[in-house]
Amino acid sequence: MVIKIIKSILSSNGLVTAFGLVALIMMVSYGIAASIKQKRMGSAIAIIIGLLLAYVAGKFTGGSKGLADIEVFAGVGLLGGSMFRDYAIISTAYGVKVENLKKAGIPGVVALLVGVLSSFFIGAIIAVLLGYTDPAEITTIGGGAVTFIVGPVAGTALGVSSEVIALSIAAGVVKSVLTMIITPFIAPIIKLDNPTAAMIYGGLIGTTSGVAGGLAATDAKLVPYGAMVATFYTGLGSLLVPSLGFIIIRTIF
Amino acid sequence: MEIFGLGLVALCMFIGSLVGRLFGTAIGISGDVGGVGFSMLLLILITSYMEGKKISFHTNTEKGILLLSALYIPVVVAMSSIQNVVAAFEGGLVAFTAGGVATLGGLLLVPVITKLTVKSANPNESTIKKA
Repeated sequence: MVIKIIKSILSSNGLVTAFGLVALIMMVSYGIAASIKQKRMGSAIAIIIGLLLAYVAGKFTGGSKGLADIEVFAGVGLLGGSMFRDYAIISTAYGVKVENLKKAGIPGVVALLVGVLSSFFIGAIIAVLLGYTDPAEITTIGGGAVTFIVGPVAGTALGVSSEVIALSIAAGVVKSVLTMIITPFIAPIIKLDNPTAAMIYGGLIGTTSGVAGGLAATDAKLVPYGAMVATFYTGLGSLLVPSLGFIIIRTIF
Repeated sequence: MEIFGLGLVALCMFIGSLVGRLFGTAIGISGDVGGVGFSMLLLILITSYMEGKKISFHTNTEKGILLLSALYIPVVVAMSSIQNVVAAFEGGLVAFTAGGVATLGGLLLVPVITKLTVKSANPNESTIKKA
């Protein structure tokens, strides 16, 4: 009886439930961070807890939207969806210095091109090594290594089977999730500690959620720089992979 | 009022998305290309224009924008909790190696591209370092 009432309160106030839940996750993670004397790790731990919860929820419901597939937590889908993500990302541009942007203009563009092409060819080479021989399928998997949107865009355009499209989405999701987890640890090694490096990082990695999560866990001040460049990545990939990418792959095979 | 700050960001988002969509249509992709980037650029241009004119936002308007930026990390945490993590772990060898190696490759290229492009973009800076 009481459980039923609580359930209905939680689900009818979805967005409020989501705020409460995220606050709880962040309280726990900042608590853990403080207890291991690594205060800066707070948001990284919170993101990892979020991913863990998504995994558990996915196993439990069999759905593809993590916690949002559990009825009482459906509001998390709204809070963590692309509408709020983009709205919040844009606001972080407030206070960004124009000089910093100008300094990283050319490196940002170079990083975008190198990022899309290197991810595509790495993905394609791995597809070939693991036994794929059809150029359209190789291109699709390579596209998945760019982002989980580019894979299906290329696959649909080239008419490959839905299994290969699903694989390409999985490759893109691996990239996005892995980026969120390892960026804070690898950041000191690759000197990801200034606006220029953040813009180059955004251009090379490109997956919007991965870059957003990875930079948030590393240093929130760098978020606007990386996010701004990354936002062009999927579009560039969707443009290059099914056209130029496919032509190159088809010439080789 | 704080809502003016929220409204300003919303306005930037609408104009930016419109530009992104038009840009996408122009290059033949049915989607938004760089909409968020254009929105951010617009917000930066507006604020730096005002700075140049020595006009500043009302404190409460600024509070509205800062509220949104402060929500950014919680939004990212919510975002991470709705990812298809199961698919990522169960996508098989191809998905895992393709996505994983592409990520590592991208990360390791950060210092390489930084070295190559930043040096050529700021020749003075690198000579100062050498000296």
